[in-house]
Amino acid sequence: MVTINGEQVNAAGKTVAEYLEEAGYKTAYVAVERNREIVPRATYGEVLLEDGDVVEIVRFVGGG
Amino acid sequence: MRPTREEMEAAFDARFPKEFHQAVASARVAVAGLGGLGSHIAVMLARSGVGHLFLVDFDRVEITNLNRQAYGISHLGQPKTQALTALLREIQPYLEIQTWNGMVTEENAAELFGGYPIVCEAFDRPENKAMLVNTLLCQCPDTVIVSGNGMAGYGDANEIHTRKIMDRLYVCGDGKTDVGRGMGLMAPRVAVCAGMQANQVLRLIAAQAGIKED
Repeated sequence: MVTINGEQVNAAGKTVAEYLEEAGYKTAYVAVERNREIVPRATYGEVLLEDGDVVEIVRFVGGG
Repeated sequence: MRPTREEMEAAFDARFPKEFHQAVASARVAVAGLGGLGSHIAVMLARSGVGHLFLVDFDRVEITNLNRQAYGISHLGQPKTQALTALLREIQPYLEIQTWNGMVTEENAAELFGGYPIVCEAFDRPENKAMLVNTLLCQCPDTVIVSGNGMAGYGDANEIHTRKIMDRLYVCGDGKTDVGRGMGLMAPRVAVCAGMQANQVLRLIAAQAGIKED
């Protein structure tokens, strides 16, 4: 299991890009941290989520 | 008559310890985006005695900004960097201000902001917010970001809060209210969010100077 924004999610084995798409996130609107390291956007398609990973996804909305 | 620098410095609330005053006065803070969030953040940091502000925006003041941004009629048509500089000079004439009038991109963000220990992300569009946060977290290891995210409408302002999400990323806002589909921006919630961002900046300045909060 992967902890994503504090919740247990069955996402091990998926790439960051795959998880974001399945969960309905637009990659242009997010920042993703995995095990306290920022995941560069160019690597979303390659970085595999593993059992025990702790992931934070920030989704930005409009307004400022 | 304009007060002297010494008079302005003496007016800092003396109930705070001297080290805090010194830490704030020697702090350097960048504000990316000078709209509803950024204009108010800059005003609050100037009032708080922050010594150096770097103000960045590509836009000019328009009449549609007056519902929530710090500008007035006399600023209409001016670049926001110029209008805000004039406004801040009225509050704190000895504040060091640096400005950059242009579009922040993935290519120039690190060069613009990398020298700043604290950057307030105060853009309007989600893709620009995400771009700046991603670029600075990847390329500027010494920069902490205080971002504004979700302050539209006039719903419960108590839902706006500050969260430390990553080691170098604090996010203020409700995280969800988006502009569009019948939802616009209004002064109170925007100012609440800007106040949270400015307050988080002061906390970071104190922490970076090794000053403990009571």
